[in-house]
Amino acid sequence: MKHIQTVNQPTLQLTRNSGGCGECQASCQSACKTSCTVGNQVCESKK
Amino acid sequence: MKVEMKQKIHKFIQNGMYILLDINSGAVHVVDKMIFDIMDYFDGENDGEVLAELAGKYAEADLQEALEELHYLMKIQQLYAPDLDVPPTFKQKGLVKSLCLMIAQDCNLRCKYCFGDGGSYGQERAIMSPETGRKAVDFLIEASGPRKHCEMDFFGGEPLMNMKTVKAVTEYVRQREKETGKKFKLTLTTNGILLNDENIKWLNDNEFSLVLSLDGRKEVHDAMRPCVGGQGSYDKAVANFHKCLDSRKGGDYDYRGVYTYLRGTYTKNNMDFTKDVLSMNDEGFDILSMEPVVLKDSPLGFTDEDLPRISEEYDKLVEAYLERWRKGKGFFFFHFNMDLSNGPCVAKRLSGCGAGHEYFAVAENGDLYPCHQFVGREKYRLGSLDEGVTDQHWPQYFRESHVLNKEKCRDCWARFFCSGGCHANADLFHGDIRQPYETGCEIQKKRLECAIAVQAIMKLEKNK
Repeated sequence: MKHIQTVNQPTLQLTRNSGGCGECQASCQSACKTSCTVGNQVCESKK
Repeated sequence: MKVEMKQKIHKFIQNGMYILLDINSGAVHVVDKMIFDIMDYFDGENDGEVLAELAGKYAEADLQEALEELHYLMKIQQLYAPDLDVPPTFKQKGLVKSLCLMIAQDCNLRCKYCFGDGGSYGQERAIMSPETGRKAVDFLIEASGPRKHCEMDFFGGEPLMNMKTVKAVTEYVRQREKETGKKFKLTLTTNGILLNDENIKWLNDNEFSLVLSLDGRKEVHDAMRPCVGGQGSYDKAVANFHKCLDSRKGGDYDYRGVYTYLRGTYTKNNMDFTKDVLSMNDEGFDILSMEPVVLKDSPLGFTDEDLPRISEEYDKLVEAYLERWRKGKGFFFFHFNMDLSNGPCVAKRLSGCGAGHEYFAVAENGDLYPCHQFVGREKYRLGSLDEGVTDQHWPQYFRESHVLNKEKCRDCWARFFCSGGCHANADLFHGDIRQPYETGCEIQKKRLECAIAVQAIMKLEKNK
């Protein structure tokens, strides 16, 4: 495409029915700890 | 443009780059100025209106070409992707998989911004007994049901002030792992003062991930993180962190498995926090995190008036981060890290931090709370290790307090990245975990825009 560069291969829609295994790390967002938002995480099963 | 379509996208300019995010697919598009302008009007089925609105600004042939590209994105569900509802994979009840142990509700520092009142959490200074710690292990094994991976975070106060319990709990964890087939990930957060050779060796041998607290420049750190007697703690902490990190070189330590990283807090006194991040990197540390302080009615805390300055500083940090990366001297900054293609599933994005339904804190006396920040907020006491979870209301309320159930989150573009923010902060500012702390939201959104831009820039430059 000439006007648009897509920088990722998004998978969010695909995970509506396939995710939820719950094996991923907890993602506390408080400043005093791991300060991790879910946006900063990778799916455990795709590592 | 229809409002409901506007709520499906977010467009912004970062580092001179025009970025279009499709919220429900997570697709990130770097676009030209014409597409950026078109997206003020385009709702997927109003090409005529777009052409009329922008006729004076762009040639019709160019606009037609751009519209074709946008229709193609829609076809492959990377623009205006369908709204995400609560999926069947998001179980009605949470499964507790992670515990934070308040190993020592006492501390050898008196940090000016401490939410835990110098480690005591507004209660008597006390340490957790080995017996209570072992009960917590049994509680987690039972509560986590079929889940294989469990997490235990040794927290305080300063957990190294109570190594007796840290060691006893760890020994018991290893025993119970063998008996149950569970696998525990252990993390310890420390200010570093007691991180001596003996403790470092023991933590390495027992495969602990470590979160090390440092606020950046020596003068900033010493002003905020004094010892009980008032003297600065920087020199001691940094010397010990060097020893610790040197001892971990060449091992199996990375940030996803057994990790070691430095984290800092910035306050109103150092809104030039880029200097603090770079100071840590210059000191030789390269896995870093730096967070805004959260304080209410404090001269160190932030208000909306500080947002333009903070936003400007994140722009600076992006520049500095990329500059070092381009020179082959990059560092890992936790908040710019984002895997745009392999992020968590929808269920995880709704679960958020898990506080109160997947994650509990255990106070030194064995009482259970939704997370470490709620310790001492009696309204939220969930039960105890001896009684189990006696409160029937809060775990379910926390479970259901996800972004699709919170009025201010439902339409926010960042909802699937931040997952609704920190419940404890919401409670602190509004007395209600469903009303997010707005100043924190604005900072989070700016940081996410920076993270998305950083990932996009790095990807495009690598492709060149």
